[in-house]
Amino acid sequence: MRGFLVAVLSGIAAFANAAAPVAGESLKAGVLSPVMAAPALKLTGSDGKPLTLERFRGKVVLLAFGFSNCGEVCPITLATLAGARKKLGADAAAVQVVYVTVDPERDDAAQMRKFLGTFDPTFIGGVGSRTEIDVAQKSFGISSTRKVNADGSYSIGHSSSIYMIDRAGGLRAVMPYGHPADDFVHDLKILLRT
Amino acid sequence: MRIAAVPLAAALAVLAWAGFAPVSVPSRDELFEIPKGTYARRMAGDKVEILPSRIRLTLGLNDTLLLRNLDDVPQVFGPTILMPGQSFRLPFEKAAEYQFACTAHASGQMTIEVEEEPAMPWSRIHWRVREWWENRTG
Repeated sequence: MRGFLVAVLSGIAAFANAAAPVAGESLKAGVLSPVMAAPALKLTGSDGKPLTLERFRGKVVLLAFGFSNCGEVCPITLATLAGARKKLGADAAAVQVVYVTVDPERDDAAQMRKFLGTFDPTFIGGVGSRTEIDVAQKSFGISSTRKVNADGSYSIGHSSSIYMIDRAGGLRAVMPYGHPADDFVHDLKILLRT
Repeated sequence: MRIAAVPLAAALAVLAWAGFAPVSVPSRDELFEIPKGTYARRMAGDKVEILPSRIRLTLGLNDTLLLRNLDDVPQVFGPTILMPGQSFRLPFEKAAEYQFACTAHASGQMTIEVEEEPAMPWSRIHWRVREWWENRTG
């Protein structure tokens, strides 16, 4: 009888463990599995220092791509990320937003610093030569297409997802464009714990 | 008269079941896989179309997109890059139409339509009839 009870309890425990959600599954963002190291990033930061992901080990990195002349997607994304950091309070110190330009011809370090600073002065931009930016975009599967306007100016359509990189440098999740700040706060709290 | 009433009653019973019985599906995950060799086939000139260019999900039922890359090379699949052997589980909480770039498609685009949960009798009947029709026609 005792053996039977142990077997039943063991079965229940095994089921409970199997049914327990993995931490990543409760994220609002899309979860990558298995977790792999985020691709390398070798650019120049808008703060003038070399920009690599290793530099932010111990922090959760929110990585996105855009450009300072963007009139639609980028301002919304950056305002959302700035709002999420404000809502996080003290925990925001462990979150680093990195925004890499897809327009290296117009965005240098000073331009990105000025642009990002209007949203949150802690945001760091990524700049570099066209070749360096192309390598970064390819590594993260970022597409961008230049659209020339009638007056000769141009705009750029680009991938707008936000990559979430954990404290150890693992690419954990991807938040598609359009999620509110509260969804980022929800996921960041989980990523900061794990 | 009585003979005609029997099929009518049966039809009403079916209609009542279709409208009021809860709708369920085996899993909330809608799985799509890029088979091994997809990239090689495409490079060889084969216009292979593995995935539907339009995917429909229903909130509360199959509202999570599960993408799996079984190919030997990374694939930009929806909103992310997927390494070989990696999967991506993306839940949806809002009914809308989502456009994503996707190198797994010859067109380079993928649309995900997320519809509201069929909560009302008419919407449940509509959902069931549509599922039955699409399963029947493959």
